[in-house]
Amino acid sequence: MATNDGSPVPARTRPVTRRQFATCAAAAAAGFVLTACGPKRLYEMPRARLTQAIRDMEARYAAQYGTTVSVSDAPPIAGVEFAYALDISRCIGCRRCVYACVDENNQSRDSQVHWIRVFSMEKGKGVDFTEADPYYAPAEVPEEGHFYVPVACQQCKNAPCTKVCPTGATWTEPDGIVVIDYDWCIGCRYCMAACPYGARHFNWSEPTIPKAALNTNTHYLGNRPRPKGVVEKCTFCIQRTRNGRYPACVEVCPVGARKFGNLLDPASEIRYIIEHKRVMVLKEDLNTLPKFFYFYAT
Amino acid sequence: MKPAILLGAAMLACAAAVAAVEQRPGPQPSAPQTSSPQTPASQASAPAAEERLEVPPPPFTDGIFPCSACHKDLKVNRARRELVEMHTEIELKHDAEHRWCLDCHDANDRDHLHLASGELVSFDESYRLCGQCHGEKLRDWRAGVHGRRTGDWNGHKRYLLCANCHNPHQPRFKAIEPKPAPQRPARPGK
Repeated sequence: MATNDGSPVPARTRPVTRRQFATCAAAAAAGFVLTACGPKRLYEMPRARLTQAIRDMEARYAAQYGTTVSVSDAPPIAGVEFAYALDISRCIGCRRCVYACVDENNQSRDSQVHWIRVFSMEKGKGVDFTEADPYYAPAEVPEEGHFYVPVACQQCKNAPCTKVCPTGATWTEPDGIVVIDYDWCIGCRYCMAACPYGARHFNWSEPTIPKAALNTNTHYLGNRPRPKGVVEKCTFCIQRTRNGRYPACVEVCPVGARKFGNLLDPASEIRYIIEHKRVMVLKEDLNTLPKFFYFYAT
Repeated sequence: MKPAILLGAAMLACAAAVAAVEQRPGPQPSAPQTSSPQTPASQASAPAAEERLEVPPPPFTDGIFPCSACHKDLKVNRARRELVEMHTEIELKHDAEHRWCLDCHDANDRDHLHLASGELVSFDESYRLCGQCHGEKLRDWRAGVHGRRTGDWNGHKRYLLCANCHNPHQPRFKAIEPKPAPQRPARPGK
Protein backbone atom coordinates (compact mmCIF):
# COMPACT_ATOMS: atom_id res chain seq x y z
CA MET A 1 0.00 0.00 0.00
CA ALA A 2 1.34 3.42 -0.93
CA THR A 3 0.22 7.01 -1.28
CA ASN A 4 -0.18 8.69 -4.60
CA ASP A 5 3.32 10.05 -4.55
CA GLY A 6 4.68 6.53 -3.90
CA SER A 7 5.92 7.02 -0.33
CA PRO A 8 4.91 4.27 2.15
CA VAL A 9 2.20 5.01 4.74
CA PRO A 10 3.60 5.30 8.27
CA ALA A 11 2.87 2.07 10.14
CA ARG A 12 0.76 3.59 12.88
CA THR A 13 -1.77 5.03 10.46
CA ARG A 14 -1.94 1.92 8.29
CA PRO A 15 -5.51 0.62 8.27
CA VAL A 16 -6.23 -2.92 9.41
CA THR A 17 -6.77 -5.32 6.62
CA ARG A 18 -9.62 -7.79 6.64
CA ARG A 19 -7.11 -10.66 6.96
CA GLN A 20 -5.33 -9.14 9.95
CA PHE A 21 -8.59 -8.51 11.67
CA ALA A 22 -9.81 -12.04 11.09
CA THR A 23 -6.53 -13.53 12.36
CA CYS A 24 -6.52 -11.46 15.54
CA ALA A 25 -10.19 -12.10 16.21
CA ALA A 26 -9.62 -15.83 15.81
CA ALA A 27 -6.66 -15.65 18.19
CA ALA A 28 -8.71 -13.76 20.78
CA ALA A 29 -11.54 -16.25 20.46
CA ALA A 30 -9.09 -19.13 20.90
CA GLY A 31 -7.67 -17.35 23.96
CA PHE A 32 -11.14 -17.00 25.41
CA VAL A 33 -11.90 -20.68 24.85
CA LEU A 34 -8.60 -21.77 26.37
CA THR A 35 -9.07 -19.54 29.40
CA ALA A 36 -12.53 -20.91 30.02
CA CYS A 37 -11.80 -24.56 29.36
CA GLY A 38 -8.19 -25.06 30.39
CA PRO A 39 -7.09 -26.37 33.79
CA LYS A 40 -8.24 -24.24 36.70
CA ARG A 41 -7.59 -23.97 40.35
CA LEU A 42 -10.13 -25.59 42.59
CA TYR A 43 -12.16 -22.51 43.43
CA GLU A 44 -12.00 -20.98 39.96
CA MET A 45 -13.74 -23.96 38.42
CA PRO A 46 -17.46 -23.75 37.70
CA ARG A 47 -19.39 -26.17 39.87
CA ALA A 48 -20.29 -28.52 37.04
CA ARG A 49 -16.71 -28.76 35.83
CA LEU A 50 -15.39 -29.35 39.32
CA THR A 51 -17.85 -32.21 39.77
CA GLN A 52 -16.69 -33.65 36.48
CA ALA A 53 -13.03 -33.18 37.34
CA ILE A 54 -13.53 -34.97 40.64
CA ARG A 55 -15.42 -37.79 38.95
CA ASP A 56 -12.57 -38.21 36.46
CA MET A 57 -10.09 -38.15 39.33
CA GLU A 58 -12.02 -40.84 41.21
CA ALA A 59 -12.16 -42.99 38.09
CA ARG A 60 -8.42 -42.59 37.58
CA TYR A 61 -7.63 -43.56 41.18
CA ALA A 62 -10.09 -46.44 41.04
CA ALA A 63 -8.33 -47.84 37.99
CA GLN A 64 -4.91 -47.31 39.54
CA TYR A 65 -5.69 -48.86 42.92
CA GLY A 66 -8.47 -51.28 42.03
CA THR A 67 -10.90 -49.94 44.61
CA THR A 68 -13.53 -47.25 44.99
CA VAL A 69 -11.96 -43.95 45.96
CA SER A 70 -14.00 -40.93 47.01
CA VAL A 71 -12.54 -37.46 46.54
CA SER A 72 -14.31 -34.81 48.60
CA ASP A 73 -14.21 -31.09 47.98
CA ALA A 74 -15.80 -30.21 51.33
CA PRO A 75 -15.48 -26.45 51.81
CA PRO A 76 -14.36 -24.71 55.02
CA ILE A 77 -16.97 -24.52 57.78
CA ALA A 78 -18.02 -20.94 58.53
CA GLY A 79 -17.01 -19.69 61.96
CA VAL A 80 -14.25 -22.25 62.33
CA GLU A 81 -10.53 -21.67 62.51
CA PHE A 82 -8.58 -24.78 63.31
CA ALA A 83 -5.70 -24.89 65.73
CA TYR A 84 -3.62 -27.63 67.25
CA ALA A 85 -1.85 -28.04 70.54
CA LEU A 86 0.75 -30.57 71.60
CA ASP A 87 1.72 -31.30 75.17
CA ILE A 88 5.51 -31.58 75.24
CA SER A 89 5.41 -32.71 78.83
CA ARG A 90 3.45 -35.82 77.77
CA CYS A 91 4.92 -36.84 74.41
CA ILE A 92 7.05 -39.94 74.78
CA GLY A 93 8.35 -40.00 71.21
CA CYS A 94 6.76 -43.32 70.23
CA ARG A 95 6.08 -42.17 66.64
CA ARG A 96 2.59 -43.73 66.60
CA CYS A 97 1.36 -40.42 65.15
CA VAL A 98 3.89 -40.54 62.32
CA TYR A 99 2.66 -43.87 61.01
CA ALA A 100 -1.03 -43.19 61.67
CA CYS A 101 -0.55 -40.09 59.53
CA VAL A 102 1.13 -42.09 56.77
CA ASP A 103 -1.80 -44.52 56.68
CA GLU A 104 -4.48 -41.85 56.88
CA ASN A 105 -2.98 -39.47 54.37
CA ASN A 106 -1.64 -41.87 51.74
CA GLN A 107 1.98 -40.88 52.01
CA SER A 108 4.52 -42.67 49.90
CA ARG A 109 6.05 -45.66 51.67
CA ASP A 110 9.10 -45.91 49.42
CA SER A 111 10.57 -43.40 48.86
CA GLN A 112 9.49 -42.49 52.30
CA VAL A 113 7.44 -39.40 53.08
CA HIS A 114 6.59 -38.53 56.68
CA TRP A 115 4.51 -35.44 57.35
CA ILE A 116 5.34 -35.63 61.06
CA ARG A 117 8.91 -35.65 62.27
CA VAL A 118 9.60 -36.32 65.92
CA PHE A 119 12.75 -34.75 67.34
CA SER A 120 14.45 -36.09 70.42
CA MET A 121 15.90 -33.30 72.54
CA GLU A 122 17.98 -33.20 75.66
CA LYS A 123 16.22 -31.90 78.71
CA GLY A 124 19.12 -29.67 79.71
CA LYS A 125 19.17 -27.91 76.35
CA GLY A 126 15.51 -27.13 75.80
CA VAL A 127 13.90 -26.85 72.38
CA ASP A 128 16.97 -26.50 70.21
CA PHE A 129 16.77 -27.84 66.68
CA THR A 130 20.52 -27.68 66.14
CA GLU A 131 20.94 -30.37 68.78
CA ALA A 132 17.78 -32.34 67.98
CA ASP A 133 17.85 -35.89 66.65
CA PRO A 134 14.99 -37.19 64.48
CA TYR A 135 16.66 -40.59 63.95
CA TYR A 136 16.65 -41.78 67.57
CA ALA A 137 15.96 -45.51 67.81
CA PRO A 138 16.27 -46.84 71.36
CA ALA A 139 14.63 -50.06 72.48
CA GLU A 140 12.15 -48.12 74.57
CA VAL A 141 10.93 -44.55 74.86
CA PRO A 142 10.96 -42.19 76.64
CA GLU A 143 14.72 -42.18 77.10
CA GLU A 144 16.18 -40.86 80.30
CA GLY A 145 16.99 -37.17 80.08
CA HIS A 146 15.19 -36.63 76.80
CA PHE A 147 11.96 -35.05 75.66
CA TYR A 148 10.33 -35.12 72.28
CA VAL A 149 9.02 -32.46 69.94
CA PRO A 150 6.95 -33.70 67.01
CA VAL A 151 6.91 -31.19 64.16
CA ALA A 152 4.51 -31.08 61.23
CA CYS A 153 3.05 -28.16 59.28
CA GLN A 154 2.42 -25.32 61.71
CA GLN A 155 -0.43 -23.93 59.55
CA CYS A 156 0.98 -20.43 59.94
CA LYS A 157 -1.34 -17.48 59.78
CA ASN A 158 1.48 -15.53 58.13
CA ALA A 159 2.71 -18.44 56.04
CA PRO A 160 5.99 -17.86 54.20
CA CYS A 161 5.41 -20.85 51.93
CA THR A 162 2.29 -19.55 50.21
CA LYS A 163 3.94 -16.24 49.37
CA VAL A 164 6.70 -17.75 47.28
CA CYS A 165 4.63 -20.13 45.17
CA PRO A 166 4.95 -18.97 41.56
CA THR A 167 1.78 -20.74 40.39
CA GLY A 168 -0.59 -20.03 43.26
CA ALA A 169 -0.79 -23.75 43.95
CA THR A 170 -0.71 -23.31 47.72
CA TRP A 171 -2.82 -20.98 49.83
CA THR A 172 -4.48 -20.58 53.22
CA GLU A 173 -8.11 -21.62 53.45
CA PRO A 174 -10.62 -19.56 55.48
CA ASP A 175 -10.52 -22.22 58.21
CA GLY A 176 -6.78 -21.69 58.53
CA ILE A 177 -5.52 -24.80 56.76
CA VAL A 178 -2.66 -24.21 54.36
CA VAL A 179 -3.44 -26.41 51.37
CA ILE A 180 -1.78 -27.47 48.13
CA ASP A 181 -3.49 -28.12 44.82
CA TYR A 182 -1.34 -30.93 43.46
CA ASP A 183 -2.57 -30.26 39.93
CA TRP A 184 -1.06 -26.80 40.05
CA CYS A 185 2.17 -27.58 41.86
CA ILE A 186 5.08 -27.51 39.42
CA GLY A 187 7.54 -28.95 41.91
CA CYS A 188 9.85 -25.93 42.10
CA ARG A 189 10.18 -26.46 45.89
CA TYR A 190 10.39 -22.73 46.64
CA CYS A 191 7.86 -23.35 49.41
CA MET A 192 10.11 -25.97 50.97
CA ALA A 193 12.94 -23.46 51.04
CA ALA A 194 10.64 -20.84 52.54
CA CYS A 195 9.23 -23.06 55.30
CA PRO A 196 11.26 -22.61 58.50
CA TYR A 197 9.88 -25.86 59.97
CA GLY A 198 10.86 -28.37 57.29
CA ALA A 199 7.21 -29.31 57.13
CA ARG A 200 6.88 -29.64 53.37
CA HIS A 201 7.94 -32.78 51.59
CA PHE A 202 8.68 -33.53 47.97
CA ASN A 203 7.78 -36.61 45.98
CA TRP A 204 11.12 -37.35 44.38
CA SER A 205 9.75 -40.52 42.83
CA GLU A 206 6.33 -41.87 41.96
CA PRO A 207 4.69 -42.40 45.37
CA THR A 208 4.21 -46.02 46.36
CA ILE A 209 1.12 -46.92 48.37
CA PRO A 210 0.20 -50.60 48.74
CA LYS A 211 -3.23 -51.06 47.13
CA ALA A 212 -4.67 -52.61 50.27
CA ALA A 213 -3.36 -49.75 52.43
CA LEU A 214 -4.89 -46.91 50.43
CA ASN A 215 -7.22 -44.71 52.46
CA THR A 216 -10.11 -44.31 50.05
CA ASN A 217 -11.71 -41.45 51.96
CA THR A 218 -9.83 -38.54 50.44
CA HIS A 219 -10.04 -34.80 49.93
CA TYR A 220 -9.08 -32.84 46.83
CA LEU A 221 -6.73 -30.61 48.83
CA GLY A 222 -5.56 -33.30 51.19
CA ASN A 223 -4.82 -36.97 51.05
CA ARG A 224 -5.77 -37.90 47.50
CA PRO A 225 -2.92 -39.86 45.90
CA ARG A 226 -0.24 -37.51 44.67
CA PRO A 227 1.77 -37.70 41.47
CA LYS A 228 5.56 -37.62 41.31
CA GLY A 229 7.15 -34.19 41.49
CA VAL A 230 4.74 -32.35 43.78
CA VAL A 231 5.08 -31.02 47.32
CA GLU A 232 2.84 -32.25 50.12
CA LYS A 233 2.36 -31.62 53.83
CA CYS A 234 0.06 -31.93 56.81
CA THR A 235 -3.45 -30.57 56.20
CA PHE A 236 -4.84 -31.16 59.73
CA CYS A 237 -6.45 -34.25 58.10
CA ILE A 238 -8.73 -31.98 56.06
CA GLN A 239 -10.79 -34.99 54.94
CA ARG A 240 -11.61 -35.76 58.58
CA THR A 241 -11.69 -32.37 60.27
CA ARG A 242 -14.05 -30.75 57.78
CA ASN A 243 -16.42 -33.57 58.62
CA GLY A 244 -16.14 -32.78 62.32
CA ARG A 245 -13.72 -35.54 63.21
CA TYR A 246 -10.40 -35.33 65.02
CA PRO A 247 -7.20 -35.70 62.99
CA ALA A 248 -5.77 -39.22 62.91
CA CYS A 249 -2.72 -38.29 65.01
CA VAL A 250 -4.94 -36.96 67.81
CA GLU A 251 -6.85 -40.21 68.00
CA VAL A 252 -3.82 -42.47 67.95
CA CYS A 253 -1.61 -40.70 70.50
CA PRO A 254 -1.27 -43.19 73.38
CA VAL A 255 -0.55 -40.47 75.92
CA GLY A 256 -3.19 -38.01 74.74
CA ALA A 257 -0.60 -35.32 74.07
CA ARG A 258 -2.29 -34.09 70.90
CA LYS A 259 -5.21 -31.66 71.05
CA PHE A 260 -7.26 -30.15 68.30
CA GLY A 261 -10.16 -27.77 68.03
CA ASN A 262 -11.79 -24.58 66.87
CA LEU A 263 -9.92 -21.45 67.88
CA LEU A 264 -13.11 -19.39 67.55
CA ASP A 265 -15.12 -21.56 69.95
CA PRO A 266 -14.55 -20.35 73.53
CA ALA A 267 -15.55 -23.80 74.85
CA SER A 268 -13.04 -25.70 72.74
CA GLU A 269 -10.09 -27.63 74.12
CA ILE A 270 -7.71 -25.42 72.25
CA ARG A 271 -9.03 -22.27 73.89
CA TYR A 272 -8.84 -23.91 77.30
CA ILE A 273 -5.18 -24.72 76.69
CA ILE A 274 -4.28 -21.26 75.46
CA GLU A 275 -6.07 -19.65 78.39
CA HIS A 276 -4.87 -22.00 81.15
CA LYS A 277 -1.53 -23.52 80.15
CA ARG A 278 1.97 -22.38 79.36
CA VAL A 279 1.92 -22.18 75.58
CA MET A 280 4.64 -21.52 73.03
CA VAL A 281 5.09 -21.66 69.28
CA LEU A 282 8.19 -22.70 67.36
CA LYS A 283 10.47 -19.98 66.00
CA GLU A 284 8.21 -17.24 67.25
CA ASP A 285 10.78 -14.63 66.19
CA LEU A 286 10.05 -15.35 62.53
CA ASN A 287 6.55 -13.91 62.90
CA THR A 288 4.97 -16.80 61.05
CA LEU A 289 2.12 -16.90 63.59
CA PRO A 290 1.72 -20.69 63.76
CA LYS A 291 -1.64 -22.16 64.70
CA PHE A 292 0.20 -25.14 66.13
CA PHE A 293 0.89 -24.58 69.82
CA TYR A 294 3.16 -26.47 72.16
CA PHE A 295 2.27 -26.51 75.81
CA TYR A 296 3.24 -27.90 79.19
CA ALA A 297 0.24 -29.29 81.01
CA THR A 298 2.18 -30.21 84.13
CA MET B 1 -4.53 -4.17 14.73
CA LYS B 2 -6.00 -2.04 17.50
CA PRO B 3 -9.66 -3.14 17.19
CA ALA B 4 -8.52 -6.74 17.37
CA ILE B 5 -6.62 -6.13 20.57
CA LEU B 6 -9.58 -4.32 22.03
CA LEU B 7 -11.84 -7.17 21.02
CA GLY B 8 -9.46 -9.68 22.59
CA ALA B 9 -9.30 -7.67 25.79
CA ALA B 10 -13.07 -7.41 25.90
CA MET B 11 -13.42 -11.14 25.46
CA LEU B 12 -10.90 -11.85 28.21
CA ALA B 13 -12.76 -9.47 30.48
CA CYS B 14 -15.94 -11.36 29.66
CA ALA B 15 -14.23 -14.63 30.48
CA ALA B 16 -13.02 -13.25 33.79
CA ALA B 17 -16.50 -12.00 34.62
CA VAL B 18 -18.01 -15.38 33.78
CA ALA B 19 -15.40 -17.12 35.89
CA ALA B 20 -16.10 -14.73 38.75
CA VAL B 21 -19.82 -15.40 38.56
CA GLU B 22 -19.25 -19.12 38.43
CA GLN B 23 -16.83 -19.04 41.31
CA ARG B 24 -17.91 -21.41 43.98
CA PRO B 25 -19.10 -19.75 47.16
CA GLY B 26 -16.59 -21.08 49.66
CA PRO B 27 -17.88 -21.50 53.19
CA GLN B 28 -21.54 -20.93 52.44
CA PRO B 29 -22.91 -24.45 51.85
CA SER B 30 -22.20 -25.72 55.32
CA ALA B 31 -23.25 -22.67 57.26
CA PRO B 32 -25.68 -24.68 59.42
CA GLN B 33 -22.71 -26.44 61.01
CA THR B 34 -21.57 -23.18 62.53
CA SER B 35 -23.71 -23.75 65.53
CA SER B 36 -22.50 -27.29 66.05
CA PRO B 37 -19.36 -26.40 68.05
CA GLN B 38 -21.75 -25.46 70.82
CA THR B 39 -22.78 -29.03 71.46
CA PRO B 40 -23.22 -30.30 74.99
CA ALA B 41 -19.99 -32.28 74.76
CA SER B 42 -17.89 -29.21 74.09
CA GLN B 43 -19.43 -27.48 77.04
CA ALA B 44 -18.34 -30.18 79.44
CA SER B 45 -15.95 -27.69 81.02
CA ALA B 46 -18.79 -25.27 81.71
CA PRO B 47 -20.49 -25.08 85.13
CA ALA B 48 -22.37 -28.31 84.42
CA ALA B 49 -19.03 -30.12 84.65
CA GLU B 50 -20.28 -32.47 87.32
CA GLU B 51 -22.47 -34.30 84.85
CA ARG B 52 -21.58 -37.92 84.23
CA LEU B 53 -19.39 -38.44 81.23
CA GLU B 54 -19.72 -41.24 78.77
CA VAL B 55 -16.74 -43.50 79.29
CA PRO B 56 -15.72 -46.97 78.15
CA PRO B 57 -16.02 -49.90 80.57
CA PRO B 58 -13.26 -50.10 83.15
CA PRO B 59 -10.37 -52.36 82.12
CA PHE B 60 -11.05 -55.34 84.38
CA THR B 61 -9.03 -58.52 84.10
CA ASP B 62 -11.25 -61.17 82.53
CA GLY B 63 -13.59 -62.76 85.05
CA ILE B 64 -12.48 -60.60 87.96
CA PHE B 65 -15.71 -58.60 88.20
CA PRO B 66 -17.99 -58.68 90.13
CA CYS B 67 -15.59 -58.78 93.03
CA SER B 68 -18.40 -59.80 95.35
CA ALA B 69 -18.54 -63.17 93.61
CA CYS B 70 -15.62 -64.23 95.80
CA HIS B 71 -15.50 -61.57 98.47
CA LYS B 72 -19.05 -61.99 99.77
CA ASP B 73 -18.02 -65.18 101.56
CA LEU B 74 -14.69 -63.84 102.77
CA LYS B 75 -14.09 -62.21 106.09
CA VAL B 76 -12.80 -58.68 105.86
CA ASN B 77 -9.15 -58.51 106.78
CA ARG B 78 -7.99 -54.94 107.12
CA ALA B 79 -4.42 -55.84 107.93
CA ARG B 80 -1.73 -54.57 105.61
CA ARG B 81 -0.07 -57.71 104.30
CA GLU B 82 1.47 -59.40 101.29
CA LEU B 83 -1.23 -60.99 99.16
CA VAL B 84 -0.39 -64.63 98.56
CA GLU B 85 -3.56 -66.47 97.55
CA MET B 86 -5.10 -64.05 95.10
CA HIS B 87 -4.26 -60.78 93.34
CA THR B 88 -0.58 -61.66 93.55
CA GLU B 89 0.05 -59.81 90.29
CA ILE B 90 -0.82 -56.51 91.92
CA GLU B 91 2.24 -54.62 92.96
CA LEU B 92 1.23 -51.37 94.56
CA LYS B 93 3.41 -48.51 93.35
CA HIS B 94 1.03 -45.67 93.98
CA ASP B 95 2.12 -43.95 97.14
CA ALA B 96 2.23 -47.44 98.67
CA GLU B 97 3.66 -46.13 101.89
CA HIS B 98 0.42 -44.39 102.73
CA ARG B 99 -2.13 -46.52 100.95
CA TRP B 100 -3.76 -49.90 101.10
CA CYS B 101 -6.47 -51.72 99.11
CA LEU B 102 -9.33 -50.64 101.31
CA ASP B 103 -8.49 -46.95 101.01
CA CYS B 104 -10.11 -47.07 97.60
CA HIS B 105 -11.96 -50.40 97.42
CA ASP B 106 -14.93 -50.57 99.74
CA ALA B 107 -14.71 -53.31 102.37
CA ASN B 108 -18.47 -53.77 102.71
CA ASP B 109 -19.47 -53.37 99.08
CA ARG B 110 -16.69 -54.92 97.01
CA ASP B 111 -18.28 -54.00 93.70
CA HIS B 112 -17.80 -50.32 94.43
CA LEU B 113 -15.05 -47.92 95.31
CA HIS B 114 -15.44 -45.28 97.95
CA LEU B 115 -14.43 -41.66 98.25
CA ALA B 116 -12.81 -40.19 101.33
CA SER B 117 -16.27 -39.07 102.36
CA GLY B 118 -17.45 -42.68 102.35
CA GLU B 119 -19.64 -42.14 99.31
CA LEU B 120 -19.70 -45.20 97.10
CA VAL B 121 -18.77 -44.75 93.45
CA SER B 122 -19.00 -47.34 90.71
CA PHE B 123 -15.92 -48.40 88.76
CA ASP B 124 -17.09 -46.51 85.69
CA GLU B 125 -17.02 -43.32 87.71
CA SER B 126 -13.62 -43.97 89.18
CA TYR B 127 -12.34 -40.61 87.95
CA ARG B 128 -14.11 -39.03 90.90
CA LEU B 129 -11.99 -41.15 93.19
CA CYS B 130 -8.76 -40.30 91.36
CA GLY B 131 -9.72 -36.63 91.31
CA GLN B 132 -9.67 -36.46 95.10
CA CYS B 133 -5.88 -36.21 94.97
CA HIS B 134 -5.33 -35.36 91.31
CA GLY B 135 -7.82 -32.53 91.16
CA GLU B 136 -6.07 -30.50 88.53
CA LYS B 137 -5.80 -33.57 86.29
CA LEU B 138 -9.52 -34.23 86.70
CA ARG B 139 -10.23 -30.63 85.76
CA ASP B 140 -8.06 -30.87 82.65
CA TRP B 141 -9.56 -34.22 81.77
CA ARG B 142 -13.08 -32.86 81.91
CA ALA B 143 -11.99 -29.99 79.66
CA GLY B 144 -10.59 -32.53 77.21
CA VAL B 145 -6.98 -31.54 77.79
CA HIS B 146 -5.66 -34.44 79.87
CA GLY B 147 -5.94 -37.81 78.20
CA ARG B 148 -6.89 -39.01 74.79
CA ARG B 149 -10.05 -37.93 73.01
CA THR B 150 -11.53 -39.59 69.98
CA GLY B 151 -14.61 -38.80 67.92
CA ASP B 152 -15.70 -35.36 66.77
CA TRP B 153 -13.92 -32.13 67.64
CA ASN B 154 -17.24 -30.28 67.48
CA GLY B 155 -19.60 -33.00 68.57
CA HIS B 156 -19.63 -36.35 70.28
CA LYS B 157 -16.32 -36.98 72.02
CA ARG B 158 -15.31 -40.26 73.52
CA TYR B 159 -13.41 -40.07 76.78
CA LEU B 160 -11.29 -42.69 78.47
CA LEU B 161 -11.30 -43.49 82.16
CA CYS B 162 -8.12 -42.74 84.09
CA ALA B 163 -7.73 -46.49 84.49
CA ASN B 164 -7.88 -47.11 80.74
CA CYS B 165 -4.43 -45.57 80.45
CA HIS B 166 -3.00 -45.66 83.98
CA ASN B 167 -2.95 -48.88 85.95
CA PRO B 168 -4.39 -47.59 89.24
CA HIS B 169 -1.98 -49.74 91.20
CA GLN B 170 1.04 -48.54 89.20
CA PRO B 171 -0.05 -45.37 87.48
CA ARG B 172 3.25 -44.40 85.97
CA PHE B 173 3.29 -44.83 82.20
CA LYS B 174 5.36 -47.79 81.06
CA ALA B 175 8.05 -47.21 78.47
CA ILE B 176 7.09 -48.56 75.06
CA GLU B 177 8.91 -49.50 71.91
CA PRO B 178 9.03 -46.65 69.40
CA LYS B 179 8.04 -47.11 65.78
CA PRO B 180 10.94 -47.18 63.30
CA ALA B 181 13.00 -44.05 62.74
CA PRO B 182 12.63 -42.32 59.40
CA GLN B 183 15.07 -43.27 56.67
CA ARG B 184 18.01 -40.96 56.31
CA PRO B 185 17.94 -39.19 52.95
CA ALA B 186 20.01 -40.95 50.32
CA ARG B 187 23.00 -38.93 49.20
CA PRO B 188 24.33 -39.48 45.69
CA GLY B 189 27.75 -41.10 45.74
CA LYS B 190 27.41 -42.41 49.29
